Amino acid sequence: MSVKHGLLALLERGSRYGYQLRTEFEQATGGTWPLNIGQVYTTLSRLERDGFARALPESDGGQRPYEITQDGRIELALWFASPINRTDRPRDELAIKLALALTTPGVDVRAVVQTQRTATMRTLQEYTRLKPGAERPDDLAWRLVLDAMIFRAEAEVRWLDHCESSLARYASTQIAATTPPAVPTDITAEDNREATTR
Amino acid sequence: MSVLELRDVYRTHGKGETAVHALGGVTLSVAPGEFVAVMGPSGSGKSTLLNLAGGLDAPTKGEVVVEGSVLGTLNRKQLAAVRRRRVGYVFQDLNLLPSLTAAENVALPLELDGMSLRKTRRHAIAALEEVGLADLALRFPDEMSGGQQQRVAIARALVGDRRLVLADEPTGALDSQTGEAVLKLLRARVDAGAAGVLVTHEARHAAWADRVVFLRDGEVVDTSGPLVQPEELLHNVPGVRA
Repeated sequence: MSVKHGLLALLERGSRYGYQLRTEFEQATGGTWPLNIGQVYTTLSRLERDGFARALPESDGGQRPYEITQDGRIELALWFASPINRTDRPRDELAIKLALALTTPGVDVRAVVQTQRTATMRTLQEYTRLKPGAERPDDLAWRLVLDAMIFRAEAEVRWLDHCESSLARYASTQIAATTPPAVPTDITAEDNREATTR
Repeated sequence: MSVLELRDVYRTHGKGETAVHALGGVTLSVAPGEFVAVMGPSGSGKSTLLNLAGGLDAPTKGEVVVEGSVLGTLNRKQLAAVRRRRVGYVFQDLNLLPSLTAAENVALPLELDGMSLRKTRRHAIAALEEVGLADLALRFPDEMSGGQQQRVAIARALVGDRRLVLADEPTGALDSQTGEAVLKLLRARVDAGAAGVLVTHEARHAAWADRVVFLRDGEVVDTSGPLVQPEELLHNVPGVRA
């Protein structure tokens, strides 16, 4: 996702000038994606360069509105029609952190997982608290943005649950593998049973 | 005063070598207006905790206190009364009786308690109203959608003046919208002064709670929340006593 497509979508509603675009962009994303006005103007001049938008004559108040072009409409339609490519997202710092935790001696990976889970859970609680009690049609855009953040945080918690159970399984195979062969087999079986019943 | 208190509660199934420790020393208290979610992998003791809290099971060691009554000191009759009058349960399988209407299902716990028919009916309609189903009071469970049935089950859990609501995966088979509506109802009930405990493995649902308790192997490993209040921040500053 780029600011570019966000602004194009707003221009599709009618011509707008910079400050209007900024305000409407922030409204549309529920204030979760603040823009500075400089970003808006750089993006507008790029849109103009690429032929997706054109500047209109300055108004009496000295504001220069922009309107979307035919090419801009095509670009916008393409954007709505294409899925977001996962590789466009920034690198997943958490996954990298866990991978490093696993291979760094002396790190309690389960604790790393739990710390993250508690933190993500709290974020999830905070997002949920933002949900409006009564559902009004005007809130729909905001609710969907909020839901996106909620589902993403939830996915992270589920992934952490998965990490934890993988770690537990890995740990039990490690213990089984390092059990000295001198131990009578019935005791090993007993230990394993205890480990699984827990 | 807390509505629910678990004091260093243990629950062991079986004896000796084959004993399974379902809960190992859990302490938890839930105040009026507080909603606590319990999360953890399968076998971590979530459902055991809920059964103990509702008096459906007794701890091996430790105490369970519901609105000041220590459940272990009650006789069978008193315990049944606590379960009927003070505790509401919402289960994943709704346990609605198919031959009774929505209103009759909701009224059932009050009827069992010996309340007059006219009174139980009034309470049942009020409880159904609270979950937005007053107009379906005369329908039978199989004439309602899954979401509506779940709301009836919630109305039954809330009917009368129960101050402790226990829910075990109450959104089980529901789609995400209906599931969310169920959680909103529970949340509203808690905001109105009840104490709620929700067992779930879904983080999105647990997020409706004020506090999330993580269980692993029968022990509390971590707690998220309550969300920090401004005055509590002061406690965290060294040297400041609020």
